[in-house]
Formats: sequence, C-alpha cells, structure tokens
Amino acid sequence: MSAVLPRDTLPPVIGPGETNASISAKISDATLHRPTGWLWIGGFLLSLLACALLFVGTLWLLYAGIGIFGLNIPVAWSFFIANYVWWIAIGMGGTFISAAMFLTRQGWRNSINRFAEAMTVFAVSVSGIFPILHLGRPWFFYWLFPYPDVMNLWPQWRSSLEWDFWAILAYLIVSIVYWYIGMLPDLATFRDRAPTRVQARFYGLLSLGWRGEARHWMRLEKFNLITAGLAVTLVFSVHSMVALDFSEGMVPGWHETIFPPFFVAGALFSGFAMVLVLGIPLRKWFGFEAYLTERHIVNMAKMMLAAGLFVDYSYFSEIFTAFYSMDKYDVAMTMHRVVGPYAWVFWGTILFNIVLIQLLWFPRVRRSAAAVFAIALGVLVGMWLERFMLIVTSLYEGFLPSAWGMFWPTFWDIAFLIGSIGMFFFMFLLFTRLLPMLSMFELRKLLASRRSGEAQR
Amino acid sequence: MSARLHGLLAEFADDRQLLDAVRHTREAGYFASCVEAYSPYPVEGLDQALGARHHWVPFWMLIGAIGGGAFTYWLEWYSAVVNYPINVGGRPTFSWPAFIPPAVEMTILWAVLLGVGAVLFGARLPRVHHPLFESHEFERATSDRFFLLVRGDDPRFDSQATQRFLETLSPLSVVEVAE
Repeated sequence: MSAVLPRDTLPPVIGPGETNASISAKISDATLHRPTGWLWIGGFLLSLLACALLFVGTLWLLYAGIGIFGLNIPVAWSFFIANYVWWIAIGMGGTFISAAMFLTRQGWRNSINRFAEAMTVFAVSVSGIFPILHLGRPWFFYWLFPYPDVMNLWPQWRSSLEWDFWAILAYLIVSIVYWYIGMLPDLATFRDRAPTRVQARFYGLLSLGWRGEARHWMRLEKFNLITAGLAVTLVFSVHSMVALDFSEGMVPGWHETIFPPFFVAGALFSGFAMVLVLGIPLRKWFGFEAYLTERHIVNMAKMMLAAGLFVDYSYFSEIFTAFYSMDKYDVAMTMHRVVGPYAWVFWGTILFNIVLIQLLWFPRVRRSAAAVFAIALGVLVGMWLERFMLIVTSLYEGFLPSAWGMFWPTFWDIAFLIGSIGMFFFMFLLFTRLLPMLSMFELRKLLASRRSGEAQR
Repeated sequence: MSARLHGLLAEFADDRQLLDAVRHTREAGYFASCVEAYSPYPVEGLDQALGARHHWVPFWMLIGAIGGGAFTYWLEWYSAVVNYPINVGGRPTFSWPAFIPPAVEMTILWAVLLGVGAVLFGARLPRVHHPLFESHEFERATSDRFFLLVRGDDPRFDSQATQRFLETLSPLSVVEVAE
C-alpha cells in the first residue's frame, strides 16, 4: 500500500499519547481552569464596543427610518442584503462540516465540528437581524408568519422572500438544536469536572442530567445520524432560497439559473474560510495542537480551495453566458461590472476569490498556518465584495439609462457591518469561556475507533 | 447501611472490559432492563449486549417530517385557495410548485424537533437529580471510566451475592449507590 501512495508526512488526526483522560482534562481545563487572558479581555471589550454601535444604530434606525442608509432608487438593496447573505453563508460551512462530513465518516472532522457549529449558530443569529431591520417597518416583521389576523391577510406564498423567512427560521432552530443536543455529553463532563459548586450547578442544569447510559447514547447517535442527513438538505435548500431571492427578480445579473448552486458553493467557500480564521487562533491560544493538527489545517485548506474553484467556475460561466446569449442588457451589465465605476469591487473579488486561493495548490503554503489564515481572511473579504458586486452592480445601471444612479454607503451602513462583526465575536468569545470548544465525546470515539482499527491490523 | 440500595456500581478501565462485564452479567441472569452501562462515549455493541435494539427516535422523526410538511402545505393551500383567493397576475391560486419550498423547510424543522423530544423522553431527561450523582466514583463516567450498574429492583439482586459476582468481573472498584 505505502509503496503505491506517496508518503504521507502529515501528523495523525489526533496527537500521539492522547487518552480519554487527557482529552477530557485538556479540553475542559481550557474552559474551566484557564485564567482569562488580557488578549481575551481586550477582544471582548472591542466586540462589546462594536455591539454598542449596532445597538445605537438600531435605535437610530427605528427612530429615523431607512433613510439613514445610502440606498435609494435605483439601488434599493445594498449593504444590509450583502451582510445578510455573507453571514448566513458563513453559517453553511459549519453545518456542512458537522453534517456532510459526519455522513462521509471523515474522522478528522470530530475535532472541528463543535466550534464550527457554534460559528454557524452565531453567524445565522447575526444574519437574521438584517432582513428584519431592512424592512421599512421592522416591527411588523411577524406579518411574514401565517396567523389568523384581524386583517384577514395571509403571506404571499409564491414569493421567494417568504420562502426565505421559512428557510432562515428552520435553519436557525435546527442548528441551535443540533449544536445543543450534541453538546449535552460534553456539558455533563463539565458538570462532573467543575471546580466550584456554582459551576457544577450551571453545567448540571445545561446538561439536563446526561449520564451516558448505553440506551441514551443509542438514541442520541441515531438522532445525530438522521439530523445530519436532514441538515445537509437544509444547507443546500436554505442557501438556494437565498439565491432565489435574487434569481426570481427580472434583473440582468440576478435572473440566472446558476444562482442556487453558485450561492451554495460560495457559502461553503466562505464558511470554510471562517472555520480556518477561528480555528487557527483557537489552536494556538488554547494549546489544541494535539487535536487541531497540521492535517486539519491542510484538509480544510483543500476543501476551501475546492469550493473556491467551483465559485470561480461560476464567475466564468456568468460572464460567458452573458456574451453567449448576446442579450444587450446582460452584456451591458457585465461590462458595467468589469470596467464601470464599481470595477474595483469586481477586481477585488477576482483577486481574493480567484487569484490568491491558487496559492493553496502548493503543499508548502497549505502547511503554513499563517499563510492559510491570511488567505482565508482574504476569502472572507472577497466573498463580501462578491455579494456587494452581485447586488449593487446589477441594480445601479438598469434598463432605463435615465434612472441610473450610484450607491454611496453612509456612516450607518458601515456601522452596521462593523457592529455585526462585533456581535459575532461577542458571542464567539463568550463561547470560548463558557462551553466546550471541541467535541470531547467524539474525540474519545475517534480514539476508540483508531484503537480497534490498529487491533485488527 | 439501612437504606435501600439503588444498585451496585462496578467501575472499569476500558470499553472492552465493560462490554465483557455486561455480557457476563446478562448471562448470570440479571434482567436487561435492570442492568445499565455508562460510558464517556458511545461504545459500539454495548446497546446490543444490553438487549436494547428498538427505540422510537426514527419513528417520531418520520411523524414530525410528514406532519410538519403536510400541515405547512395544507396551510398554504387553505390560505391561498379557500380563505383568501387573490388573483396575482393571472397565476393559479393553487400554485403548487411555489408552495413546496416552505413545506420542505418545515418538514426538516419538525422532524428535528420531534426527534429531540423522542431522544429526551426516551432517556427520561431532563432530570436534575439522580442517585448516581451522589457517587463520587461516577464523576469519571463522563471523562474516562466505564461503569456497570446492577439496579436494586432486579429480582436476582442481593447486595452481598451481587457484590461477589461483580468482583469476579475484575473491576477497579464496586460501590453501593444509595436510593
């Protein structure tokens, strides 16, 4: 076997000498015993500041109305929708890792799925505020919900915006439930290892009295398996609905059949990038090198490259189709994108999402955590630019040249983007201090399966 | 030692030993429903060794899927066709393909929600207090130790005889768990 395959020089998925006891000790001590560092406090205060900006912005928006943003006709969708798509897309990567890679038995995913799922929950929570606040009268958002109201009105079921409401609702609840139920055994570990009585009570309540009886495991495992299958469907359907918000509209640059798969690929691309951006510092600061090995970074980098190549293919296909169709509006839209006043957004997207990721073909780059981190950060920027490009450059020069107009962001546009990043990191930083960051029981299971694999050999 | 016992708890160092111990305990004639095995991760074959095969989690997930999907689809049809039919650009009131996406999402959501209910109800959770939590040894059941519990309500249970039997399985320790 080893004579045929090239020699694998990467470390094994779990460090040598790791035992059930050391897994439990290292991962729970990182949360329960490790003192809060200055870096954490600094980051937390910074994120709190950004959250305050978001809060003030929301109050101002509710008071003054949607006019505080730079959007107007013709560009009626801009930052908010870009932010929404960007955040919900980041969430998709986490669900894909925990669900699809569970079904395909990628054992190495056992050490990243927990914080990837946490990332999903926080990203989807952040994304949800944008479509609601973007409504002219956000306090009526519940009109999207079908209930027998006194106006005798029902939602418009044929609209993709209504579909989107159901998609976000289902996705948010399912990801919270999947994350929490999968965390019960680890919360029970925290309960049993808690140094103080208060902590033991706290984790005792959270763990719902989990004891790890064989029959309980049997049910939990079956639930995780079926939910993983459903969650994969959810990843693809939810982000397809996000794409349909655009492609149902008769706008050149939106009205394309490639949008659903293109958006799903983009979602996985940015999701994997965010997993790397979070995982690489976690690994370093909390000393998780034995669980988040070089192999994990290399594998994630490869997955990011694969998703990125599909996105690149979609860019190419979009441009090719515009010219191949010879539709003058499609051609004009494409030219406005490439050489128009927003050309820098287009070329920025090309730089981050096409050019820079090609570096990941080189094993040396993939094996450097710093390089992968920088490229992943670039991908996140690139994917935000891509959403901005898709939304704004499709709208600003429409069918009627007399109705052309530019979009310029205001202070509040940017404040909400920064605020959303702050809110995400606020939640993620709390997660690193309160909850198990890696899935301990799945790591123990991985260890056991490796042991029995060696015994057979 | 006047109080009734919840059971006897034997502690093991690894999953193989626990699996063997469960098999021996079953062979010794203890009822499967009165023997419990605790491990810090799901051990393959442990549920079969305990004679536990059937549970309702997939059934309830199927019910949730069918119920959630069918109800949502029905609601769309009822509201758009019966309760408030409205002509939108000549589109049929029963636009059946456009009604599928919300129904798909609700199929998944309700399958998962009823699944969680079935997991928790099947395991009789949440349960804040349990006799096992009084045992100091049991704290390691969620970290690195494996436990076999023979409950006191087993008809064959006898605190001395069962203790002697459990000692033959070469455990690290055998302790009594008070009711």
